[in-house]
Amino acid sequence: MMISRHTSQMVAKGVIWVAAFSTLAVMIWILFQVLVEGLPLLHLNFFLDSPRQMGRTGGIFSTIIGTLALTAVAIVIATPLGVGTAVYLREYTRESRVSRIIRFGTDCLAGVPSIIFGLFGFVFFVILLRLGWSILSGGLTLATMILPTIICTAEEAVKAIPYSYREVSFALGGTRLQTVARVILPNAIPGIFTGVLLGVGRSVGETAAIILTAGSSLLIPTSLFSPARTMSVHFYILAREGISMEMAYATGAALILLILGINTLANWLLWRYFRKVGG
Amino acid sequence: MFKEKILEKGFFFVAFSSISILALIAFFIFEEGVPLIWKVGPSSFLLGERWFPSQGSFGIFPMIVGSFWVTLGALIVGVPLGVACAVFLCELTPPSVSMVLRPTIQLLAAIPSVIYGFWGLIILVPLIRNALGGPGLSVLAGSLVLGIMILPTIISISEDSLRALPRTFKEGALSLGATHWQTIWRVLLPAARSGIVASVILGMGRAIGETMAMIMILGNAVQMPRSILDSARTLTTNIGIEMGYATGDHRQALFATGVILFFIVMGLNTIALVISGRRRA
Repeated sequence: MMISRHTSQMVAKGVIWVAAFSTLAVMIWILFQVLVEGLPLLHLNFFLDSPRQMGRTGGIFSTIIGTLALTAVAIVIATPLGVGTAVYLREYTRESRVSRIIRFGTDCLAGVPSIIFGLFGFVFFVILLRLGWSILSGGLTLATMILPTIICTAEEAVKAIPYSYREVSFALGGTRLQTVARVILPNAIPGIFTGVLLGVGRSVGETAAIILTAGSSLLIPTSLFSPARTMSVHFYILAREGISMEMAYATGAALILLILGINTLANWLLWRYFRKVGG
Repeated sequence: MFKEKILEKGFFFVAFSSISILALIAFFIFEEGVPLIWKVGPSSFLLGERWFPSQGSFGIFPMIVGSFWVTLGALIVGVPLGVACAVFLCELTPPSVSMVLRPTIQLLAAIPSVIYGFWGLIILVPLIRNALGGPGLSVLAGSLVLGIMILPTIISISEDSLRALPRTFKEGALSLGATHWQTIWRVLLPAARSGIVASVILGMGRAIGETMAMIMILGNAVQMPRSILDSARTLTTNIGIEMGYATGDHRQALFATGVILFFIVMGLNTIALVISGRRRA
């Protein structure tokens, strides 16, 4: 029996609708599973109290400090490198063999699994440079991980600036450096900031590389050379070692809220930026 | 003028930071790992089935097989769903709906992998244990979770390549009397093939590289999985679990596992880049 092409179209489209909606449903299920159980457990003391008895009770204060410190180190190191690379690729060179090699390296670096970054950070920062399990080792490792994200976003931001801006600057006698410093970068800041936020998001969510380079100490870190535990690492240890499901849910909910906040802000900025420069 | 020259050189050096980091990573992983591969012998390291670090036997074949099955499973789950979602976003929804759905999907790429692992651990694992038997911590659970985790990668890159097609492809097919579905199936998807393949390969790279979520749900037994309900260990989880306490040869063997992983992932990345680069050209 021949199935008419209109029947087969209806069936095929139906299958796609079902696939799309079940995908969305599973994703919402994953988020809500944690949020529904975890949100009621979030109150002020949970954020201001440090974990006690390995995390069975208390809060997550020291892990918040750890997350902030590691992320800050990563951003401070990776942002200038990433923006510099983007400026070089867009303002100082044309499409050439060199720029192709740089892009290839960036794309490859973006695909390296985080556990490999962890191994590298361990042998290079922790052992060879004698930084130990510390915020500095972890932050530097994270910086290498988020560099490709920052390069790509910064390059898009620089690329989106209309060519007339540069022409005006050159016509007024501005040098290349003056054009970059006074025209390109100030206008690209919102776009660059988006990349930085995406890097923050990745740093906050990272686990494997951090355990190997920053350790998992529950003490509040006091300097760049202290070991630290981030919220993601804390969540992982609570859940995997079955220390406290309640605490795991609460930490997971806080983590999801943080990531949702960071990414919503990043997307909103990006949307506004491209609307403004009309890229 | 002098300042200009200095800074231009500065930008040039900075621009090489990512490729230098990649080189440093390769150098240090290889420096730690390769000597052990030679010491054990490449074939007995890769094909050996016994992993008893305390007795000095380092065979990672079970982990290679574990990575293979889990990744294959993830693709079986993720590719049809991902491509279907990409078609859905491009062709079956009005732009206003896909404007909302697209950032949502990007957001899901940002959810930490430990959250996915946790969901697998508390929802999927008991479900599989009760419904199908076995330990629950299994290749099946790992494949399902990984399949979901690679969806954002597959969806966004496939969607981009579908959107990049000239409008004339669709208009031509429709004006010849093809139905909308025939146009999608016979014209649009084949035309976007290279982008879709690239998305699948990148998703594969992501699946092979995932660590923490897999530690939580695979069960981690060093064995050749005989069925999808068996526990398994992958290359990444082997490193993730034992790196905390390994010393000496054992630690080097974990770096050697990293060497193999590095080669696999770099190979996949290069293939994906070549495919998508050819499309751009």
